[in-house]
Amino acid sequence: MILQGENIVKQYHHKGGLINALDHVSFSVNKGDFVTVTGPSGSGKSTLLLALFGLIRLTSGNIIFDGKRIDNINDCHLTDIRKKSVGYILQSFALIPYLTTIQNVMIPLALEKIPGKEQFKRAGEILDYIGLSDRMEHLPRELSAGQQQRVAIARSIIHNPQIIMADEPTGNLDPTLSLEILEFMKKINQENKITIIMVTHSPIAAEYGTMKLHLNDGKIVTTGF
Amino acid sequence: MTISKLVLIELWKRKSQLITGLLAITLGIAVIVAIQSVSVVSEQNVARNLDNLGANILVLPQGASIDNYYTSDIDAPTLPMDYVERILTSTIAGVDNMSPKLTRRVKVGGQSVVLTGILPKSEIASKPLWQSSGLLGAELKTACAPNQSTTKSHGFEDEKLKRKAFDTLNTKDCIAGSQVAKLLHLTAGRSVDIMGKDFKVVKILPETGTVDDDRIFANLRDVQQLLGIENQVSAIEIMGCCNAISEGLLGKLRNILPDTRVTTIGQIVSTQIETNQLMKRVTLVMLIIIFFVGGISIGNYIWANVNERKREIGILRMMGAERSTIYMMFILKALVLGVAGGILGYLLGTLAGVILGPYLAGIIVKPVYIYLLWSILLSVAISLAGSLFPTYLAAKFDPHTNLQED
Ligand SMILES: Nc1ncnc2c1ncn2[C@@H]1O[C@H](COP(=O)(O)OP(=O)(O)OP(=O)(O)O)[C@@H](O)[C@H]1O
Ligand SMILES: [Mg+2]
Repeated sequence: MILQGENIVKQYHHKGGLINALDHVSFSVNKGDFVTVTGPSGSGKSTLLLALFGLIRLTSGNIIFDGKRIDNINDCHLTDIRKKSVGYILQSFALIPYLTTIQNVMIPLALEKIPGKEQFKRAGEILDYIGLSDRMEHLPRELSAGQQQRVAIARSIIHNPQIIMADEPTGNLDPTLSLEILEFMKKINQENKITIIMVTHSPIAAEYGTMKLHLNDGKIVTTGF
Repeated sequence: MTISKLVLIELWKRKSQLITGLLAITLGIAVIVAIQSVSVVSEQNVARNLDNLGANILVLPQGASIDNYYTSDIDAPTLPMDYVERILTSTIAGVDNMSPKLTRRVKVGGQSVVLTGILPKSEIASKPLWQSSGLLGAELKTACAPNQSTTKSHGFEDEKLKRKAFDTLNTKDCIAGSQVAKLLHLTAGRSVDIMGKDFKVVKILPETGTVDDDRIFANLRDVQQLLGIENQVSAIEIMGCCNAISEGLLGKLRNILPDTRVTTIGQIVSTQIETNQLMKRVTLVMLIIIFFVGGISIGNYIWANVNERKREIGILRMMGAERSTIYMMFILKALVLGVAGGILGYLLGTLAGVILGPYLAGIIVKPVYIYLLWSILLSVAISLAGSLFPTYLAAKFDPHTNLQED
């Protein structure tokens, strides 16, 4: 077991009253799983994804990662875990607009203070792997949506994370591109044995999951395999 | 890739924003550097020029300042030449030596030079008045034993540079200062056209670093004729006996010379020192204003930049950048801005001083290199002070709320 959530509760205080974004959510993920999280809009999918590694702090509940509790550790520690073990892919690509493809991909390595030469080597290999070696010096705005998402994927795996968190990675892409990206994620999952947790609206994308979570109103309604 | 490199790339890709962010600080530093460079030179210049004057009393037309005297503008006031004789024929004792002068800035060979009319020693000495009044007499000299307090240096005294009286200077002869000689390619023996009249260059003066370098000296009568202001002079330089000065020589001179300003060099120097102190106070006030205006403007720029990059900060935090890394990113940016502002401000201010100095203050301003260091330190301090708070807020941002903002 790589990741486990126990009775996760996240409440937002809002003018309208208390919102239970996550309402006693429990689940466990094994190493190498490809987890898809589905559910209607506002059901708490993004909240769950962001809460798992401390980007959102829980109201209550436990999170266990790699055998250790991470819901009650300090920000520095959590940041360190994100830096070394987690990769993120978001619907909006989240690339840094003024950096080129290769520079964007190298950021996780820069944060780990890996020497420049090694960074270049690894970024070059990864860009080759995802088929963007001819777009290394392009800025994000000079790339198509599908290419941008591939850069984001490259960035999420360059530091060999244990787990990838993807929030609607195909949400901004047309069906053909979506399939391409999904195939890619499958490849990463199978070849590199990286665990993936992917939030999605698309039933086709959800089919890629080896484990399926369905959320409604902050609660897990079905867990399927 | 490093985070520092990311900061520099961001700065470079958004150059235009950078310039607006730097504007206030750069201009502020430029103004201070310009004021300082000009005033430091004017301070040195006045002291040096006065030291080399070879006189301790100046008689100037009413309303003329020492600056008028040196810049010699075309409309600078004059006083009647008769005053020389009035002093000589008076019963006032203690005037050791006297030198009437007429100076005007004129164009010679397309260059702006200061034409100075002087009376050579021979001409003054030949005047019967001088002998009869006994001014060059030995008994007066002993009465005027050198007095330390009035002959003391202002810091630039140099025997070599000290202006020496010219023994002879015939009509149609002239003597050129080193700078003028260079500008007009003059050598001894050649002739030069001054306002339509031919003058023979009899001598080139060695470089002194004073206003004399920019001057052409000619016989006073010739100059008066050329300028069409006969029997008028710009000033009378007097070597007064020290004891006589303390016994009220100035007052006596004022009584017989209406519409003039009679001052001692000491007074001029102390006025200059007062002016410089005033300038220092003005600079201090400016410094405080610039600190606030520059600091607020940089702070505002960084705050706008932080807001614009909220999402980027969120992305970096998501990928595992620590708060301290975000903090460092903006501090580094402020540091780079500070250094750039300091260098730009120094260059701009020095350029302004060098270009405007001769026009506004009639002096040649040279770059003061140590100001570069001060400019950078000041600018960095302002920039850091202004950026601290917005940077602190940037580091505190909650990563996820910024990620959701699209
Ligand atoms: N910062 C916040 N403050 C208050 N309420 C919030 C905040 N963020 C999310 N919520 C609420 O929490 C609930 C869950 O939101 P979340 O973004 O997780 O939904 P989601 O399942 O990802 O929806 P979608 O499919 O539209 O992305 C929603 O009702 C939302 O309004
Ligand atoms: Mg969502």
